[in-house]
Amino acid sequence: MNKIWLIIQREFLTRVQKKSFLIATILVPLIIPAIMGGAVYLMIKEAESAKPENLLVLDESGAFKLENSKRFIIVPVSGPIEQAKKAYSETNDFGLLYIPATSVNDPKGITIYTKESQSIEKIGSIESMINNIVKDAKMERYNVDKETLKDIRNTDIDFKQINLSETGEEKSSNTFLLYGLSMGLGIMIYIFVLVYGIQIMTGVIDEKTSKVVEVIVSSVKPFQLMLGKILGIASVGLLQFTIWIVLMGVVSSVVLGSFGLKMPQQQAMEQVTAQMDDEAKEEMESQAKGPAVAEFMDNLNQIPFTKIAIVFLFYFLGGYLLYGALFAAVGSAVDSQQEAQQFQFPVTIPLLIGYLGLFMFVVRDPHGPVSFWLSIIPFTSPVAMVGRIAFDVPGWQLALSMILLVGGFLLTTWIAGRIYRVGILMTGTKVSYKVLAKWFMMKG
Amino acid sequence: MNALITTDVTKRYANHTALDSVSITIPEKTIYGLLGPNGAGKTTLIRIINQIINSDQGSIEIFGERLQEKHVGMIGYLPEERGLYKKMKVGEQLLYLAQLKGLSKKQAMDRIKIWLEKFEIKDWWGKKVEDLSKGMAQKVQFISTVMHEPKLIILDEPFSGFDPVNAQLITDKILELKENGSTIIFSTHRMETVESLCDHIALINKSKKILEGPKKQVKDQYRSNTFVVEHRGNNFRLPADRYELMNQQPIEGDLFSSSIKARDGIKGNQVIRDLIDITEVHSFQEKLPSMADIFISLVKGEGDEALKKHLQEA
Repeated sequence: MNKIWLIIQREFLTRVQKKSFLIATILVPLIIPAIMGGAVYLMIKEAESAKPENLLVLDESGAFKLENSKRFIIVPVSGPIEQAKKAYSETNDFGLLYIPATSVNDPKGITIYTKESQSIEKIGSIESMINNIVKDAKMERYNVDKETLKDIRNTDIDFKQINLSETGEEKSSNTFLLYGLSMGLGIMIYIFVLVYGIQIMTGVIDEKTSKVVEVIVSSVKPFQLMLGKILGIASVGLLQFTIWIVLMGVVSSVVLGSFGLKMPQQQAMEQVTAQMDDEAKEEMESQAKGPAVAEFMDNLNQIPFTKIAIVFLFYFLGGYLLYGALFAAVGSAVDSQQEAQQFQFPVTIPLLIGYLGLFMFVVRDPHGPVSFWLSIIPFTSPVAMVGRIAFDVPGWQLALSMILLVGGFLLTTWIAGRIYRVGILMTGTKVSYKVLAKWFMMKG
Repeated sequence: MNALITTDVTKRYANHTALDSVSITIPEKTIYGLLGPNGAGKTTLIRIINQIINSDQGSIEIFGERLQEKHVGMIGYLPEERGLYKKMKVGEQLLYLAQLKGLSKKQAMDRIKIWLEKFEIKDWWGKKVEDLSKGMAQKVQFISTVMHEPKLIILDEPFSGFDPVNAQLITDKILELKENGSTIIFSTHRMETVESLCDHIALINKSKKILEGPKKQVKDQYRSNTFVVEHRGNNFRLPADRYELMNQQPIEGDLFSSSIKARDGIKGNQVIRDLIDITEVHSFQEKLPSMADIFISLVKGEGDEALKKHLQEA
């Protein structure tokens, strides 16, 4: 045990003392909010500077009375179409909309000519302008008057989502917020497992190619060395992660602060302090400017952050240990990074499945059967369950998934340990799956 | 007392047997040469002694106790394939390796300082291994092998990579360690080192031990009562009932060198006496087999008779 501790210390210290660690640890939290801030800044700038473009309209039916919109200024032109096309090609205008002599009730042959392929958004907005005219015409045919029409158009319902728990407790939830949280947590687990898993593999390959491993295993059991390495790198990861969260929190609140926004954590913190202190709570409520803000904060407050944090940490470590052992086995079997790739790929496939599943199933339908299975099977559960957790997973599912994950990493560590003990002493062997199986079966 | 006794140690892999019932006895405070061609099973045996791998059968006793995990601190191992952490500093590296062998941090510090002084490399503490030359790294590795004062030191080809000056330095240190009571297992192909350093030898070939014993005894075993004589003139006849002329070569002018095999029971002095009467003797020496001769003939798979013949003719 004492020796494993020495190994953990060495793995931790040699990595933490590296310049690259320091740079990555400090730069990432600076760069990510900077990119976010930059993107927000550019979006705002673009929205401000966006000017409406000219849309030439040749309306042979005379029934479509298009109006200027935020995006387009309508410029009527005269036919015939060949002439209009020629005229359009000499301008810098957005496009030429051709409406043949057709009925407004059943329009046919409406065409838009543009010089380049244009974004769906812009084309879509033109289509919806026409659609609206057709709809209006239909409404009028059904004797709907203009005022009613306007009222119908201005529909904007206030839609609240409330989860009714078994105990009858009501929780309002904000799908958009959960969506972002779920996606973010899942991606973080994926990146963490992959990046640090590969670090384990590289570390094992280094020890093997530098031949130092034979000296080390004459003092400790190969399994102790493997475990020490995995745990040492895990502690590097946890440290780096903690620093990132703290730094990112600070930097983000500075960046967002300059746009007049508040960090969700900060708001949550205010909530917490408010709960503890009635005066502060009143103060904060008075600060809440509108019902929308209050609702957002309420939703935020409903998200069980402590539970999510604990679950996240569990899957963070569980997933890392499960894959870390496999990466260690891959590293032990090969003589170089290049050689490692053929085995590295199959190891990352289940992780990738979990990652893709997160986008395709978990965030869209967190309680569907695919999401369920992805979050139960140990190889995909670290990414999938963390993605689901924000959406309130039933307790038994969470428990089952956790037990299976623990079982999963014990299994992979056992398998990896058997391959590792043989692999680290074998150099110059052409390794195939058959050879790996043989190593695994080898006794003693 | 014996430092190490292996009894019927066997290791089998899927397609071959790496060690076949190998039993050796290594007396305390000796330098024990473990010889054998490449692939004979020496490294497997060394790894089993170091508990890097387990044997399938057989038992190992170290200083009278059954070999267990707690004994790793008693053993110092210098593998043939040298290796250190390239990015680590010399001092930190030695500290780490010493602690893995069970030394406390303070003990380790003291020992490392002593050894760095012995090798006059005190200022290397903060140097990274990747910045050292191959010979320099070898010195560091040698220190890592012996700094925890192991009672049993296993050196696999210890001189490879050293220039003659440093090889001599290492030789001196090895002898010093033996003086201080350590037992040293020496695995090497260099027969001249075996001749000059080893007290005991064992020869392993094709997974089996084929020869073991004190060096002198082994050599005596392969004595053939053959003598090399330099003499002037070759027109003499040896009494055929007592001697056999194995070969004769001219050296210079009428100076010749002859290998003469005497019948069993005839001692060197008697041979000289007989020769003086019939020729002018310039030099006389009993022909003893060199370790290289014994090694080569045994490994080539020739039987004892063939070996003796080979030794006489050589």
